[in-house]
Amino acid sequence: MNAPLESPPVAAETRNTTCYMCACRCGIRVHLKNGEVRYIEGNPEHPLNRGVICAKGASGIMKQYSPARLTRPLRRKPGAERGAGEFEPIGWDEAFSMMEERLRRIRSTDPKKFALFTGRDQMQALTGMFARQFGTPNYAAHGGFCSVNMAAGMIYTIGGSFWEFGGPDLDRAKLFVMIGTAEDHHSNPLKIAISKFKRRGGRFISVNPVRTGYSAIADEWVPIRPGTDGALLLALTHEILNTGLYDRAFLARYSNAGYLVNVDPASPQQGTTVRSDGAPRGDNPDHRHDQLWWDRHSGSAVPNHTPGADPALLGEYRLADGTPVKPAFQLLLERVREYTPEWAEGVTGIPAARIRRLAHEMGITARDQRIELPIAWTDSWGQEHDTVTGNPVAFHAMRGLAAHSNGFQTVRSLAVLMSVLGTIDRPGGFRHKAPFPRAIPPMAKPPKGPEAVRPDTPLAGLALGWPAGPDDLSVDADGSPLRVDKAFSWEYPLAVHGMMHNVITNAWRGDPYRIDTLMIFMANMAWNSTMNTVEVRKMLNDRDEKGEYKIPFLIVCDAFQSEMTAFADLVLPDTTYLERHDVMSMLDRPISEFDGPVDSVRIPVLPPKGECKPFQEVLIELGTRLRLPAFVHQDGTRKYRDYPDFIVNFETEPGSGIGFLSGWRGRGGEKAMVGEPNPRQWEMYQKNNCVYHHVLPRSYQYMRNWNQGYHEWAQRTRLRRYTDPIVIQIYSEVLQKFRMAAEGRGPSQRRPPEHLRERLATYCDPLPFYYAPLEVQATDVAQYPFAAITQRPMAMYHSWDSQNAWLRQIHTHNYLFINEKTASSLGIADDDWIWVESMHGKVRCQCRVSEAVEPGTVWTWNAIGKARGAWALAPDANEAQRGFLLNHVIAEELPAAEGRRMSNSDPVTGQAGWYDVRVRIRKAGAGEPAETSPQFAPLPAAPGTAAVRKLWQAFVAGKGEFK
Amino acid sequence: MNPAFSVIFLTTLLGTGQGLFLALFVIEARVAAGLLEAPSAAFYPLGAAIVVLLLAAGLLASFFHLGHPERAWRAAAMWRTSWLSREVIVLPAFMAAAAAWGWAHWQGWPGTLLIGVAGAALCLLLFLCTAMIYACIKFLQEWATPLTLVNFVLLGCASGVTLAAALAALRGEPNVQELAAWAFAFTLSGLAARSASLWRNARLKPRSNLQTAIGIKHPRIVQKAQGFMGGSFNTREFFHGRAPGTLRSVKWLFIAGAFLLPLALLAGATAAGSPALLAAAFAVQYAGLVAERWFFFAQANHPQNLYYQAVS
Amino acid sequence: MTQLALVIDLNVCVGCHACVTSCKEWNTSGAAGFMSDDNPYDRDPTGTFFNRVQTFEVGEFPLTQTVHFPKSCLHCEDPPCVPVCPTGASYKRPEDGIVLVDYDKCIGCKYCSWACPYGVRELDEHQKVMKKCTLCVDRLYDEKLPESERKPACVLACPTSARLYGDIHDEESVVSKAIREAAGYTLMPEWGTQPANHYLPRRKTEMRIHEDELERADNPLKIDGRLPKPGVRDPSLDDVTSW
Repeated sequence: MNAPLESPPVAAETRNTTCYMCACRCGIRVHLKNGEVRYIEGNPEHPLNRGVICAKGASGIMKQYSPARLTRPLRRKPGAERGAGEFEPIGWDEAFSMMEERLRRIRSTDPKKFALFTGRDQMQALTGMFARQFGTPNYAAHGGFCSVNMAAGMIYTIGGSFWEFGGPDLDRAKLFVMIGTAEDHHSNPLKIAISKFKRRGGRFISVNPVRTGYSAIADEWVPIRPGTDGALLLALTHEILNTGLYDRAFLARYSNAGYLVNVDPASPQQGTTVRSDGAPRGDNPDHRHDQLWWDRHSGSAVPNHTPGADPALLGEYRLADGTPVKPAFQLLLERVREYTPEWAEGVTGIPAARIRRLAHEMGITARDQRIELPIAWTDSWGQEHDTVTGNPVAFHAMRGLAAHSNGFQTVRSLAVLMSVLGTIDRPGGFRHKAPFPRAIPPMAKPPKGPEAVRPDTPLAGLALGWPAGPDDLSVDADGSPLRVDKAFSWEYPLAVHGMMHNVITNAWRGDPYRIDTLMIFMANMAWNSTMNTVEVRKMLNDRDEKGEYKIPFLIVCDAFQSEMTAFADLVLPDTTYLERHDVMSMLDRPISEFDGPVDSVRIPVLPPKGECKPFQEVLIELGTRLRLPAFVHQDGTRKYRDYPDFIVNFETEPGSGIGFLSGWRGRGGEKAMVGEPNPRQWEMYQKNNCVYHHVLPRSYQYMRNWNQGYHEWAQRTRLRRYTDPIVIQIYSEVLQKFRMAAEGRGPSQRRPPEHLRERLATYCDPLPFYYAPLEVQATDVAQYPFAAITQRPMAMYHSWDSQNAWLRQIHTHNYLFINEKTASSLGIADDDWIWVESMHGKVRCQCRVSEAVEPGTVWTWNAIGKARGAWALAPDANEAQRGFLLNHVIAEELPAAEGRRMSNSDPVTGQAGWYDVRVRIRKAGAGEPAETSPQFAPLPAAPGTAAVRKLWQAFVAGKGEFK
Repeated sequence: MNPAFSVIFLTTLLGTGQGLFLALFVIEARVAAGLLEAPSAAFYPLGAAIVVLLLAAGLLASFFHLGHPERAWRAAAMWRTSWLSREVIVLPAFMAAAAAWGWAHWQGWPGTLLIGVAGAALCLLLFLCTAMIYACIKFLQEWATPLTLVNFVLLGCASGVTLAAALAALRGEPNVQELAAWAFAFTLSGLAARSASLWRNARLKPRSNLQTAIGIKHPRIVQKAQGFMGGSFNTREFFHGRAPGTLRSVKWLFIAGAFLLPLALLAGATAAGSPALLAAAFAVQYAGLVAERWFFFAQANHPQNLYYQAVS
Repeated sequence: MTQLALVIDLNVCVGCHACVTSCKEWNTSGAAGFMSDDNPYDRDPTGTFFNRVQTFEVGEFPLTQTVHFPKSCLHCEDPPCVPVCPTGASYKRPEDGIVLVDYDKCIGCKYCSWACPYGVRELDEHQKVMKKCTLCVDRLYDEKLPESERKPACVLACPTSARLYGDIHDEESVVSKAIREAAGYTLMPEWGTQPANHYLPRRKTEMRIHEDELERADNPLKIDGRLPKPGVRDPSLDDVTSW
């Protein structure tokens, strides 16, 4: 620093790409010096992060140069146990031959014996396509244990959800209520938005058992007991309905609140909406849109949206044929009658007066601070509007609601609350992001039964889809699951993101069947991505009576040596995000903004390290070798040179003009959204900050569930096939179909097995309701009084960065946070070693007392603990010695009832209930070792990873020491 | 603070050397005034040599404190503002004066008294510089007091005079009783002054607290995370990491070692006229002063520690 | 006279540590580098950082505030670390008030760090010189950077723009305005160091509800006939009295 005015070391080169230090997908500028990464900064011209970057993104250098990088394909040493991490390097040719031979055999006999599960859910367009082409239904990403309740609960209600699908419009909101979110997937955009919102004087309320992260800067923190958010939301709805603070006009026109429901207990149609005898309306054969309103002007039943009619939302009426009917809203009012604030106080721990006040704040803000934008638009029923109205109350919620086995109904409750406040796709409320909103439910359907799976044939249907009723379930004639994870079965009918968390247990047990090969991409299923970790690790290494592994072949693709790679038979070294092409595709979960579709790409800034190969290339190579139709010409020859070539030239159908990327389509890049493949598409993305942003006309930016202009545009650009309105499902007709099947009636001929009928009828309630999470119901809460949850820290994304020399200094081990009074009542002080025990297991860890946690809750940072030697850390690294996983006390299954094992998951969506566990806490004995428990045998360094750990390092780009 | 042995030895060795020099010079002056019997010819040069050796050893120790000892010469640059810089200038000057004084005695040159006056002045200046390095940091409240200077002077003199007494006794020089009495007096006043600073420091009210540190006026603030978990310069340099009990033990250790035992030994030695007891008194006192200096650093509670209290 | 500084808005800081690592990645290869890491993959990893984000809990449950608190060199107007430096390595630039360390002059005596009450100087264990926040001085005047990027790396990184940067002596600057209007304060004012960096406190937005806001003429319950309206035949005064 003797002459700081001299120019800084100049980065020779700057390249744009997209971050992947978490799933947020910010635009980054990577500065290189002599081939080494000098500096990674946020790209100021990127619409998502507008120049900012987070702690993880700014530490990408240390991920790139981590000694834990895998650099060669590895085969488990003959005779070595799975989990011991003993490998020998092999070449890619051999690796591909092994996979090709094995997969070819499986595909030609029983394709479902191959299961592909990926931790990454932003590459599903390709991974899902590969699975479908292969012909296996056994495919999913990690959504089942992430936040599928959030996706399903909202999409089945309003046709969109949070994060990639939509979010709070904080630019215009006046009141922002965040529930169950600490740090988020949508990290930087949300941080930018919250900050602006607060600076504009917006009021920010956070509901969370713990006050960390975003909650820290909330104007009001509402501590709540975990798993009881549904009770709060329903009590808020109760208060809003009973004080008349709901947006009647919005509900009447844009939701099914006014749709009449048959309430004749004697009728086989009881619980269904009553429909007109006329012709269906709209162009969607699956949605007739012919439900009836009770027109309060004429006092008669009329088809919904009959011009001049206004539906009664409350009351009970009789149709001409004498059928007693009630508007759906009346049923909602009756449903929430028992959910008084006083009742909710007992469940949530939030005083009733406070719940009332929160409801009033929401209702009054929505009503009295209404926004009118001078934007003319036409709704789906042809009515022209001069303005777009907004009720400026915005919500955001994530895993705190989702990761409970009552999460689906809780999220439904939230979506209903947002709807009654009139905030859906309106300014200041919730806004969709293309390609959302989707039809309710979206059109994609899972395979309908065993006939969908045939040797050497692509799967009939998408591996993952959105059932609209029992007919869409993946079950056989007996009602047995088609999928190894039992998603889309009667047990978890709307498991729209699959149930990755049960794959290993189910395959090991052979229930519903055993598989041959399990391929895992980027998921630490032997550690933090699984529940019941100790047992799952045993299952992975377990053999049958013939001495064969119960899961015969395990392929793991990852960029780093981890707990999971140690169990693999074959390890494929993936590239880092700086070394790969990638697409954030409209076919998948793009990075769209409220004002229109946005997709983006990654373009490599560095060559792959060693023999690393992007997983995408592995899939395309395998697909080509296996001659999966999408990857080969008719004559069986290779169709795509590589992944970039595939991205440019792949079309969903020949000539469809729909491909992975929506920008710069057409021969010369002159078209958007739809158009012929453009051979220079990558270049054009590269020149444009790796992002394509299609800003919609203002009149298409709001009310998109019912916006005729938008729907026509979406149809032209093939985002949607149909243009029918997406009516908010206050009353879920889909759920009602499942309930009716359970009751032995209804249009579907399919009936659930006897033992599931009551469960299905209970939980597939067409109206939101509250119940204690299943795990809690099965727990003796006097024995296990505390809810134990995790929070994700802002500077560490799951287990992704313990190998990162900078980030691990911020989080190198973790504590269990306990409310100060709770701790002292247990005789536990700060730093004490304690045992945390659930019905399923126990961990020893250290206590950190806190005033920022609700007294009935204990929590820790997620996934900081590591197995000894994993991630190329020293065996005595803090992560292993003082870090711990809460996963050890959480089970993937509920206690067996009547001999049956059920997943510890939401009974509707199969979302893992990993925030449901109840624990007790006691002080560890004085003589016990000062280290966390359980501990595992140390993992050796894998061949190809750094052989020697540096005792110290000083990173200076450009010297060639880190290349 | 986290006591560094380099600085502990620097300050204690310097103090002893300075005290020894002052003792020798005062003997010379009083001999010149006819108040004392003259020591042997070799006594002053030998004493001066020991002074220089002690100072050199202290200087050497200080180099271990530096990240870049090869650039130590640069440290003289900022004498206008930095007491450390002043010390860096005064220390060699004093060493030179002490060496010249001894050399002049060795050579039997006249004017040693004059050199001695200069040396004594530099010696006192060095005390000032050394003490002010610590006393000038106002937010290290344990140090920011005139008592720091008083203690540096008294403790340096106590150990130096005790050494002078032991030296004289071992060589069979005259004035041992006189020197032992001085040593006793310095040690006793050192005890008084150090006790005063202990008393003062025990009653200090830190001017900084978490409220001023982060600017939030709330009676209950607790740090949960300092921002990193594996330690940093800030957690290593400014806190000794020892239990309060250890500090208390060291306090009693140095009260006994630097003051009580030497006082007893000095008294015993005066009574018995034993050179061995005097030598023991010096050895015990020096060890006690090392403990004292360790405590001096450890007790200083740096306000930056308010920021580094917890990990999670 | 210019005094560049950061103003940190605790009202929006969510404690994400973006400023911490973006600082490290810019500076370890920059003019202030390197910034070494010890035990990078072993027990007790520790390294040189110029900026840290700390967490404090204020108050008792349920009225707890969680405060995220970023801290780096405050570039004091009267920096106690500067006069104590024996070599002049530690200096305050007259032109912009940035406090810097000249690594070539630094002898690594740590005295400046003792003289800093804020704990923001760190001796690099391997370069053996004192290091600290430079406000990314090697970015601020670099004409090869676009004007908008001539700012400290932490300021550009901060997702909540909780870090404002500018000249606090310029009354019109964004930082002066923020200090003036949002009650900016300095740390440990008791020592008279006059930190240039300021902090903005939490500000709370509340909503007051008046009773009458709950009862409105346009209550939709009226439309749906749910607000109490007695039947015509219900008893009334008309039945029992006359005047």
